[in-house]
Amino acid sequence: MKRIETEILVIGGGATGTGIAWDAALRGFRVLLVEKRDLTHGTTGRYHGLLHSGGRYVVKDPHSAAECIAENRILRKTHMHCIEDTGGFFVVTPEDDNEYPDQFYAACARLEIPCEEISVAAALKREPLMNPEARRVFVVPDGAADSFQATHSTAQAARQAGAQILNYHEVVQLLVEGGEGDRRVVGARVRDVARGEDVEIRARMTINAAGAWSGVVAKTAGVRVDVIPGKGTMLAVNHRIINTVLNRCKMPDDGDIIVPIHTVSVLGTTDERVEDPEHLTIEPWEVELLLREGEKLIPGVSRTRFVRAWAGVRPLYQEHYNGASRDATRDLTLLDHKTRDGVAGFLTILGGKWTTFRLMAQVTMDKACEYLGTCKSCVTAQTVVPGVEQGHYWLGHRLREVEEHHLQSELVCECELVTRAMLENAARNNPTLTLDDLRRDVRLGMGPCQGGFCTYRAAGILHQVKSQNEKGKSEEPARWEVAYMQSPAHNQRSAISDQPSAVGGQPSAVSGQQSQFANPNLLLRDFLQERWKGLLPILWGRQLKQERLDELIYLALMNADHLPDENATSPMSEFYARIAFSGQLSANSDQHSAFSEEPISRER
Amino acid sequence: MHTASWHSVGMTLDECIKCNVCTTYCPVAAVTDKFPGPKYVGPQAQRFRECGQIKSPDISVDYCSACRVCNEVCPSGVKIAEINARAKAQIVADRGIPIRNWFFGRNEQLGRIGSIAPQIANLGFHNPFSRLMAEKIMGVARHAPIPHWSTEGSFRKWFFRTPRLKSDKKVVYFHGCSTNYYEPQVGKAAVAVLEHLGYEVIVPPQNCCGLPMLNNGEFRAGEKLYRDNLAKLLPYADKGLPIVGTSVSCVLVLREEASEMLDIENDQTRRFRSALWDMSEWLRDLLDQGKLDTNFRELKMIVPYHVSCQARAHRMGRPSLDVMTLIPGLDVREGNAKCCGLAGTYGYKAEKYDIAMEIGEEAFRFIRAQGDDVKFTTSDSEICRWQLEHGTHKDCRAPIEIFAAAYGLYDLDRRRLLVER
Ligand SMILES: Cc1cc2nc3c(=O)[nH]c(=O)nc-3n(C[C@H](O)[C@H](O)[C@H](O)COP(=O)(O)OP(=O)(O)OC[C@H]3O[C@@H](n4cnc5c(N)ncnc54)[C@H](O)[C@@H]3O)c2cc1C
Ligand code: SF4
Ligand code: SF4
Ligand code: SF4
Repeated sequence: MKRIETEILVIGGGATGTGIAWDAALRGFRVLLVEKRDLTHGTTGRYHGLLHSGGRYVVKDPHSAAECIAENRILRKTHMHCIEDTGGFFVVTPEDDNEYPDQFYAACARLEIPCEEISVAAALKREPLMNPEARRVFVVPDGAADSFQATHSTAQAARQAGAQILNYHEVVQLLVEGGEGDRRVVGARVRDVARGEDVEIRARMTINAAGAWSGVVAKTAGVRVDVIPGKGTMLAVNHRIINTVLNRCKMPDDGDIIVPIHTVSVLGTTDERVEDPEHLTIEPWEVELLLREGEKLIPGVSRTRFVRAWAGVRPLYQEHYNGASRDATRDLTLLDHKTRDGVAGFLTILGGKWTTFRLMAQVTMDKACEYLGTCKSCVTAQTVVPGVEQGHYWLGHRLREVEEHHLQSELVCECELVTRAMLENAARNNPTLTLDDLRRDVRLGMGPCQGGFCTYRAAGILHQVKSQNEKGKSEEPARWEVAYMQSPAHNQRSAISDQPSAVGGQPSAVSGQQSQFANPNLLLRDFLQERWKGLLPILWGRQLKQERLDELIYLALMNADHLPDENATSPMSEFYARIAFSGQLSANSDQHSAFSEEPISRER
Repeated sequence: MHTASWHSVGMTLDECIKCNVCTTYCPVAAVTDKFPGPKYVGPQAQRFRECGQIKSPDISVDYCSACRVCNEVCPSGVKIAEINARAKAQIVADRGIPIRNWFFGRNEQLGRIGSIAPQIANLGFHNPFSRLMAEKIMGVARHAPIPHWSTEGSFRKWFFRTPRLKSDKKVVYFHGCSTNYYEPQVGKAAVAVLEHLGYEVIVPPQNCCGLPMLNNGEFRAGEKLYRDNLAKLLPYADKGLPIVGTSVSCVLVLREEASEMLDIENDQTRRFRSALWDMSEWLRDLLDQGKLDTNFRELKMIVPYHVSCQARAHRMGRPSLDVMTLIPGLDVREGNAKCCGLAGTYGYKAEKYDIAMEIGEEAFRFIRAQGDDVKFTTSDSEICRWQLEHGTHKDCRAPIEIFAAAYGLYDLDRRRLLVER
């Protein structure tokens, strides 16, 4: 078994874990991060996209709100290019309580969250589709944040500061030494799922940032951590029908926010306590609820085109808590297992939000420093990650760059304006196993056709890149140059990258364990399956029409269900194939109005 | 210039299934790499546009000629051309309008000024040196078929100078700028036909439909023109009178383009819309009711008919063809060319002239293929007529001129009425 020594082992490549690796590396530690899948495959990649101003929690959870506004100010600088400065409205709709708005306003003032009341007319001018019956509107500094880009950029910053990052490495067993009363975690046995090998990692401090999976990880050291997994479902409208975050001005509840992010507008969320964070099933009632509640902020929204539904699970934590997950605190919690459970060398960080990941990392590392006997202080709040030179994200940037540099003929994913070079560079510059990994990198397949026109192109490209890597420098670690991954202008094809693939014939001719995952049939099948998953819950109306065309392309034209290598699987195949929707797609199912052409009749 | 309501043309991007049918048909994308095609600039790019962006992300949409072929072929009903028009308007709002396009937008004023002394104006503008200078300084294509000012006076002057038929049956005539200043013959033919059918023709005050401005992205000025026309003409619509026009593009703008592009949808626009008719469409309607005098004279000739894209955009079938086929001896041949290329003011622009001519080639080829003895061609749009004459050196007449000739009222060769009242 391969062995690696390090000072700090971080488990989990979400926002929190990556932030910890960054913070630790900047403080001069040798740090290694392991993530069982791709970075952000967990909750971080399945969230709502809101950079909180704190407004949402200002009445209910002021402590969280204070953290949010402080971090909001910091992240706007340190991760500027990952954030769109949309601003946010808190909208009092006719059915909202009359007292809450004043409490809200006063609480914002107390916490110094900039909040200004504007006239409904002024709000409608900015957001013409907003409910015209709204009674009051407050403006706060909410934003939209791209967690894929932010985590990748943080990872690059961590790498530059010396951290090591291994994705597709799953902790299967924490290593515990010592007897009763003097136990300590000394690292972990980790499975390299791509190569099918185990690796032993020894560390002075092990940090569990496995989010909703933290309990599972802690259990392997005999430590009990009861995460409250709160599942939330979201629906994406095909385009930006708003450009400002819209929140209901009331106690936080289901379906009360719409976030404009990248090219879509996202309705969310629900909050359901679930058993297992791996098996997230979207229920028809959730879809209906989101449509119904969405109507209150934007009348008519339920009849727009939805491209996708997905669910994430909140890693909430409250010691000895038994209630509903909606009411569990959003505070971050650091569990020091030495004082809590008598197990040294082991910390678990839980709760919080994407918005507070940097703070969570700081708090965790402050504690780790105590044990490791160093007192270097945290500098992440003053350190920008690579890529900020691009300035705040703005919706038109990709189109503008494609236009300025005449890259139209280079487009692979036409909906999201992803060029061939963007894909190739993303595949070369950070570890990539599946097309879904490239989706998180550059938004491949996230537009209206949901992979209909790009999957077959991208499968060929990734196959080619991986085969080249395989031939030459397979052991050379990826460069982790990801800060400009989303920019068409920064990823133009040089003459050298134009070499034709050296591989002909059977993909199996390529040697090495990983080569099987470069099989283009497998790449194609995996991604189609992955996209299909998120389509099932919203398969009506216009998106159904789209899927019919996609079906004709893949099944009728390409015969994709009879491709060779039908037994080939990737480490992700099983996950993609898991059906994650509990509804039935029967035309006469009257229980599920979500499947009719007009899901919800317009509020009158 | 973006999503303001659920009626906004931008909303139709949601209908797109990315099938690329529009890209396959777009006449501009077929001849130049400068234009990435309707799917790309339309529904696809629209997802990257929003109000108040730091800058308009667009460049290439400027190469859309606004011919609307894409709209016609889209299986899903995406209003691609209108989405493009709005994107162009955003470019103008951000970066200002080139002086040339500003002039193109002011077709009506140019017409009026030139017609004060048309001979001098024609001489002054239509000589090789001026045209060369106009190309060098303003980017107005040197060889493009810019019309000559009419030397016989404007249509309105003629109309109000001569005694007119009074009748209980009344129809309102919208002539448009080019009939007024460049081709008054078309208006005269129209009045002659209408009076021949026993209608009293009303020509109310009216102004430019606004198309040249809308096509060049000057939305605010275009909106004023549209609203002015609405105010001047709606009273007639409300009296139940049909408003008939001989310029397919003007009628299209008044009927739907302006209100769609400008995102104005209300009861007034709806009432206005339902009163508007294309001339041939209205005649065909009379025919359907059995009220059209079909006692046509024989016109023995082959006439190639170019269906202008503006006529297709009306989605009214081929009314000119329906009526022309009733004329004895007339061998009308319908071409399938998608567009003549000129498309409003598109082909007048120096950087687009070659593109326009290449697009037009399909139509020119069709006309040439009908043989050397073809004397006249016909097309519903004046723009098409100028371009076809430019590309084929054959005279092109409006269908209404052919109808007038078939009623024995008009001399097609000399373009004048046989009997003045
Ligand atoms: C529906 C929903 C909407 C949300 N919306 C917002 C929002 O709008 N704004 C906001 O600020 N916050 C939001 N949040 C909260 C925010 O998304 C989370 O708090 C944050 O992403 C958690 O990040 P994390 O790194 O702690 O966890 P994760 O992102 O889940 O990271 C944990 C990682 O650990 C990995 N892992 C698990 N087990 C192992 C193992 N054995 N070995 C190795 N790796 C392992 C997982 O694969 C995963 O990638 C939302 C949450 C939900 C559920
Ligand atoms: S309007 Fe004409 S030129 Fe413009 S995109 Fe459509 S087909 Fe092409
Ligand atoms: S023809 Fe219509 S549906 Fe097809 S790509 Fe073009 S706009 Fe989209
Ligand atoms: S000039 Fe004629 S064919 Fe060309 S765009 Fe105009 S109406 Fe269409």
